[in-house]
Amino acid sequence: MTWGDTDIQTLQRQADRRRQWGRFGLYAGAILFAFLAAFPFSWALISMFKQSNDLYVKENNPFWFNEAPTLEHMRLLFLDTNYLTFITNTIFVGLVVTAITLLIALPAAYALARLRLRWGERLGIAIFLVYLIPPTLLFIPMTRVITSLGLQESLWSLILVYPTITIPISAWLLMGFFKGIPMDLEEQAMVDGHSRIGAIARVVLPLMFPGIIAVTVFAFTLASHEFIYALAFNKSSAVKTIATGVPTELIRGDVFFWQSLQGAVILIAIPIALIFNAFLDRFIKGFTMGAVKG
Amino acid sequence: MAVVEVRGLRKEFGDVTAVDGVDLQSEEGEFLVLLGPSGCGKTTLLRMIAGLEQPTEGEIMLGGEDVSGLPPRARRIAMVFQSYALYPHMTVANNIAFPLKAQGMDPEERTKKVEWAAGLFGIERLLQRRPRQLSGGERQRVALARALVREPTVFLLDEPLSNLDAKLRAAARDDLMEFQRRIGITTIYVTHDQVEAMGMGDRIAVMNHGKVRQLGTPEEVYHHPADVFVAQFLGSPPMNLLETPTYVFGFRPEQFLPEGIAESEGTRVPFTFHVNRIEYLGSERYLYGYIREYDETRVIAMLPATVTLPIAIDQDHKFSVAKDQLRFFDFDDGHKIAQQTLMR
Repeated sequence: MTWGDTDIQTLQRQADRRRQWGRFGLYAGAILFAFLAAFPFSWALISMFKQSNDLYVKENNPFWFNEAPTLEHMRLLFLDTNYLTFITNTIFVGLVVTAITLLIALPAAYALARLRLRWGERLGIAIFLVYLIPPTLLFIPMTRVITSLGLQESLWSLILVYPTITIPISAWLLMGFFKGIPMDLEEQAMVDGHSRIGAIARVVLPLMFPGIIAVTVFAFTLASHEFIYALAFNKSSAVKTIATGVPTELIRGDVFFWQSLQGAVILIAIPIALIFNAFLDRFIKGFTMGAVKG
Repeated sequence: MAVVEVRGLRKEFGDVTAVDGVDLQSEEGEFLVLLGPSGCGKTTLLRMIAGLEQPTEGEIMLGGEDVSGLPPRARRIAMVFQSYALYPHMTVANNIAFPLKAQGMDPEERTKKVEWAAGLFGIERLLQRRPRQLSGGERQRVALARALVREPTVFLLDEPLSNLDAKLRAAARDDLMEFQRRIGITTIYVTHDQVEAMGMGDRIAVMNHGKVRQLGTPEEVYHHPADVFVAQFLGSPPMNLLETPTYVFGFRPEQFLPEGIAESEGTRVPFTFHVNRIEYLGSERYLYGYIREYDETRVIAMLPATVTLPIAIDQDHKFSVAKDQLRFFDFDDGHKIAQQTLMR
């Protein structure tokens, strides 16, 4: 049987139409998801400037200003609470936790990935299992530890405890990255005139950059969202992070300061979303690399 | 004075002995090939010379100096890995300058040296590129330039051609030889490819199970193999081996010729060759079959295209080998022994 010209043209037309529908579906999906992602942001951005009257009257359009916008609630957030202190606390904890994590997880991951330890793989899995023990189980004994060390009511309690979460998963993550860097490169650098440490510093670490970014993002995310430990260890306003400070100080009894709450959350969420976006590819690569065994 | 000398070198990895008592000397300007099947210890030997592995036992001398125990950076050697190991985050220029930077050479002199090395390999126009933008052949040249730039005493190469496709490999081999002759640098080259070894080596060290089975020129290892392993490892197809109750003897497939074709200089030893199958390969014909006199041992004959004599399959043919082309080996340990008279 041979194909006539018309048959081929028909097939081609069908294929074109399928492709067009496929394209349409793709864009429709993308627009839907973009809308879903943007919706809470835009709602919060509008609510934070609303007057209370506007917000609480049911008949009003919740997505637009029915009365004139006001900065009143932002004034409350910035001047009557320690919001800025929460932010600096979070950044401080995030930075120190990142540093500690990298300092310990990098050499650990290097050893697990490189040195011919028979137990390397199993140790790696054991380390990862530690991560699976939930903080809800640990916060009571941890509180006793923190109290006996005299670290309660201080950011150092968080700096001590957060690495127990970040180090295992970061070591696991970085191990995948190290495995992805051929041993040849390091040995070449050693032949080319460096010690092992020098070779690692000049050749391996620059190639670990995506992994280091992934760990940094992870540590910062933890510092800014972790709630149980932060709540259990620290009560005074001056040593709260965003995660505990915002809900505890903007919900007083049964009064919710909705506009200020929305503002507090969104002002943090937007920069984090932008940073995530910038490093998204590398971040995903980081997590999958550990997963599929570089 | 030997440029590289190893004495009684052993390396054990747990229960496995990778290198088992190797003595080897390479001469000034020589191209020495370590040849052997995978797992024979050739790469481990090279890595010990480079200082990337510490020997379990034995000494390594470079230029008459004992360097055993010294780290790689103290050995003034250059090494090219199978993967070329170009630093992916650096430009070609920085790759080549890397060993010079490690030495602490000042930037001006460094630039000059990089240009000189790049010129040597004709890669000046690639200097600002990144390794991933280069072809396989270009990568090899960059790796060689980087190895050469600090004028090492020894040049170690670990299967540098095995990542290239067949066509590129021939050109890269040509390149490599050309440059080695021009620079005259002592080179140790690891490969499992006998064609590379025969074509490139001044001398070949044939290795198996961690030992050097034979060290000699390509002619010596091919025509006068020291033992059964060397006889069978070199040559494609390998040497035919036949057993007698007291010894083993063999001959090369190309020496096994039909009666009447061979110009009879000296005495020839006749065999009855039963041919089962013929492979026609254009430049030659392979005849597969067995020899009636020796328990029907399977052998291969290789006839050059110049021999057009028709050979019928599934029939006996009169073949012969020149007597001085027969090689004899000990029945028990397989080592070369003196010429024997063939028993019938």
